[in-house]
Amino acid sequence: MSVRAGDPVPELVDPGRGLGLVDVFRRRYLLQLLTRKDVQVRYRGSVLGWAWSFVKPAALFAVYFLALGVFLRLNDTIEHYPIYLFSGLILVNFFSESFTNSTRSLVENGPLIKKIFMPRELFPVATVFVAIVNLLPQVGILLVVCLAIGWTPTVLQVLGVLLAIAIIMIFALGLGMLFGAANVSYRDSQNFVELIVMVAPWAAPVLYQWNMVKDVVPDWLFTIYQLNPVTSAVNLMHQGFWEPTTSNGTVAPDTWLFAGIGLLSSLIVLAAGQFVFHRLEGRFAQDL
Amino acid sequence: MQVTDRTAVAVSDVRKTFLLRHTHSLKESMVALVRGRKISSTFDALSGVDFAIEAGESVALLGFNGSGKSTLLKLISGVLRPDAGTVRIRGRIAGLIEVGAGFHPDLSGRENVYLNAAILGMTKDEIDSRFDDIVAFSEIEKFIDTEVKHYSSGMFLRLAFSVAVHTEVDILLVDEILSVGDEPFQRKCLERIRELQAAGKTLVVVSHDLNMVSDLCSRGILLREGKVMFDGDAKLAVEQMRAQ
Repeated sequence: MSVRAGDPVPELVDPGRGLGLVDVFRRRYLLQLLTRKDVQVRYRGSVLGWAWSFVKPAALFAVYFLALGVFLRLNDTIEHYPIYLFSGLILVNFFSESFTNSTRSLVENGPLIKKIFMPRELFPVATVFVAIVNLLPQVGILLVVCLAIGWTPTVLQVLGVLLAIAIIMIFALGLGMLFGAANVSYRDSQNFVELIVMVAPWAAPVLYQWNMVKDVVPDWLFTIYQLNPVTSAVNLMHQGFWEPTTSNGTVAPDTWLFAGIGLLSSLIVLAAGQFVFHRLEGRFAQDL
Repeated sequence: MQVTDRTAVAVSDVRKTFLLRHTHSLKESMVALVRGRKISSTFDALSGVDFAIEAGESVALLGFNGSGKSTLLKLISGVLRPDAGTVRIRGRIAGLIEVGAGFHPDLSGRENVYLNAAILGMTKDEIDSRFDDIVAFSEIEKFIDTEVKHYSSGMFLRLAFSVAVHTEVDILLVDEILSVGDEPFQRKCLERIRELQAAGKTLVVVSHDLNMVSDLCSRGILLREGKVMFDGDAKLAVEQMRAQ
């Protein structure tokens, strides 16, 4: 498509400016290849390969289950504690993995960013997609276990689970773009992210139950606790997988209300992430 | 600078400033502050650069190391943004800047061709239809399904270059790549570049091989310390540069 007489003349455009996430959607074939590349090379050279993506959550699950479920006896007070624990844990792991990797994605792809122009949002987006590939088999296991013990899913429950995954995806991508863009100039950012990720499973009702928090903190603090998008997404997971398999388990009140708020605040975080990313993007190639 | 309907690259009054940080941690910054030393200084890699390139023109950017040639090329490709002035382009652009930047050692040659062509802006259908040409040009058909980490450096460059010169573009940026590979392959590359030229593509070339560029390009822009010293006939530009 070179410019010839008679052809409509394309506009003169600024070569380094794009539409951010919209451009990522336009170049979804490249996104698909980048995601596939990351999935392919991730465990390359290891004997267990993708089995590692089961080994790690399984080990984490075993540790928490023994320490909290057995030694601290949560197993006795929370019905079907293994399901309760696992359904929240895989979601928080998804959050941690997406957030950490998307924060690092720009620095890791530095050589490419310095040489070729492309929508840089592709890198954090691709890492979140890789994390989804990692999450799905774990959801599969959970599904099989729940069906085996007599869960008959309703449409609303399934929608809730999908919404939970969507909230975490949007939230982690927004945070990843925000911290990732800052990480290019200040590597403090990725250490800060490690800190957040360390706190994440404890800041939502993943290991313990929501009413344990409600009993000891003032109401306003409990509301803040519920406003955490991760909390709202974990509640949706519990509502989908755990509550219907128990006889008297109850998730936190107003799950759907807080899920709506969680989705909204995740979208706001994403918009903020895109805004900061766009502002700092001009410096990426020279600061990496 | 005159911008017309046929202008492919319009660079108007561009300045690019780099910030040189002399400290790399908070502690160092504090020490520098206390001792009254500068924390950072700036350096103009380009200033007042102003020119337009017409569609189908072949332009050589000339200058010694540090004159700002590569910075200018990065501004045109969009990797860097100007601090003042504007850079605008018309049509699709691809840079043969350090070919192979997007190659992953753990992927096969085939997978790398697809990945890199997509990075350079091609769609799946375009790559599918050109895949055989790309492989044939690189002459490594036998190894196309081998992981790239097992390639010799020559094979690697051949494949990377081959992907780059088969991208569907209007403007091609070429940075010192004609020095890759053995002589027969170099000649083949040059031939391919001439084909693209004949097809009406716009070419911006950076090279230290002055004979080659004055032969390939009709126009030369000579840079010195970030400023345009000469803009005109390529042979005259090369003479000017040699006279410096």
